[in-house]
Amino acid sequence: MATLQTQTAARFMMAPAVIMLLAWMIVPLSMTVYFSFLRYNMLMPGMETFTGFGNYEYFLTDPAFFEAIGNTLLLVGGTLLATIVGGTFLAILMDQPFWGRGIVRLLVIAPFFVMPTVSALVWKNMLMHPVNGLFAWIARGLGFEPVDWLGSLPLFSITVIVAWGWLPFATLIILTALQSLDQEQKEAAEMDGAGPVSIFYHITLPHLARALTVVTLIETIFLLSVFAEIYVTTGGGPGTASTNLPFLIYVQALLQYDVGSASAGGVVAIILANIVAVFLIRMIGKNLET
Amino acid sequence: MARAVTTNRKIAFTVLAWLVGLTLFFPVLWTILTSFKTEGEAIATPPSLFFFDWTLENYVEVQERSNYLRHVINSIVIAVGSTTLGLIVAIPAAWAMAFSPTKRTKDILMWMLSTKMLPAVGVLMPIYVIAQSLGLLDSLSILVVVLMMMNLPIIVWMLYTYFKEIPGEILEAARMDGASLGKEIVYVLTPMAVPGIASTLLLNIILAWNEAFWTLTLTASKAAPLTAFIASYSSPEGLFWSKLSAASTLAIAPILVMGWFSQKQLVRGLTFGAVK
Repeated sequence: MATLQTQTAARFMMAPAVIMLLAWMIVPLSMTVYFSFLRYNMLMPGMETFTGFGNYEYFLTDPAFFEAIGNTLLLVGGTLLATIVGGTFLAILMDQPFWGRGIVRLLVIAPFFVMPTVSALVWKNMLMHPVNGLFAWIARGLGFEPVDWLGSLPLFSITVIVAWGWLPFATLIILTALQSLDQEQKEAAEMDGAGPVSIFYHITLPHLARALTVVTLIETIFLLSVFAEIYVTTGGGPGTASTNLPFLIYVQALLQYDVGSASAGGVVAIILANIVAVFLIRMIGKNLET
Repeated sequence: MARAVTTNRKIAFTVLAWLVGLTLFFPVLWTILTSFKTEGEAIATPPSLFFFDWTLENYVEVQERSNYLRHVINSIVIAVGSTTLGLIVAIPAAWAMAFSPTKRTKDILMWMLSTKMLPAVGVLMPIYVIAQSLGLLDSLSILVVVLMMMNLPIIVWMLYTYFKEIPGEILEAARMDGASLGKEIVYVLTPMAVPGIASTLLLNIILAWNEAFWTLTLTASKAAPLTAFIASYSSPEGLFWSKLSAASTLAIAPILVMGWFSQKQLVRGLTFGAVK
């Protein structure tokens, strides 16, 4: 069916998207790599000199770097754990018959649509504030000392805020997968005397494996770049207690104007993200064949 | 017997599900309610849920003190502009890949997806330096272009999965009946493709509206969309809870409504068709 003529037309139709994405990938990427070998500060324009691996040495031996890597992993891991466990529970709950399903579904997915700066500020000021926040009021009502959430548990608090936003995403995808589960299989197992727990382990969970993998990989890609939530709540602090890799690079770049070491950090971030991306791409690619 | 059990079960699940749903929604509800309180009532203890003097003065004041409307317009220009440009580039590409696939189509799709995996912070420096040297820092045009490029892979992918579902036989039938390529596109394909394009449009407007890395790093005040404007409340304006809430409510309301309408497409768009 595809004649030579339509193939030529197809090539022309694809060209703009392909060329633009190619440029978008190659130009900034090669510039980042190039900058990462320069001693380059925006406050001293025209003073750029080649410095070899100097920036990498500076960036990778900075104690803040190791803390940032640790914080990044904790933030990604904590959010993943919360959203996958919570999302599975929520999806199973949403899949049960109850009154007002449509409305409850809307309530549950709402947090996903709240822009990160709004959710972070609402949580920081109105819920987690150590004096006037709602949590502090509840704590006092129960006879506890209020907790200064973002002051004493900054990374944990940010994880909670981020997880609140991503829980609907996990729920929605797991729910979609759940609804494609063959009900007859479940009924057959029930008739054979299988309890709800063993049905969950032997039928539901294996069926969800694929959806759970997709959630994990896609969330990881996005969570590796969490930025706004840190920017408006703690500013990476106290000290560097809640600085993740993107925020550390941002500080180097736009607060210290150090283009060189920020670019070296950028290269590190790209390598990190690529490790995840390889798995994700392979998985989606497999799906494309069917 | 079975009926009684299921009714009890249903009641129990109803209570549990509403409890969980309302808890998760609470921060949003609390923000909306606080936006109608006075500053004094907002921080009062014990906090009141519904019984306070409802007022609209926060909304008036947010607009008067900071020209809120300008940031709304910035958000609209950035979200709609980047999505529309993205669609113009992506529709022909997705179309070609869906209707005249070659051996390399799959590779191209996978490669496009891989560009999305590039972390924004990895290219922050070059984009910033380029914008600076072109005098485009704090301008709407740089944000429209950057966000379009950020979302282009998602747009192509979503469109591709929708176009793929249009049966090719219909095209052949139209051709047999002597329809030209132009007529084929206008009368046969367009009506079938519109729902997919609309969903793609909706999801990408949502993504662009909420984008908060480039909007925070590339704008100062003039071109700041709502994400960046709200961030300016982090201190010390954040102490004014009612005004923060009013600004936030207006910023999230349109997207919340759009999101509720597009919840089915969300799964497909964000998983690149891996979960349907």
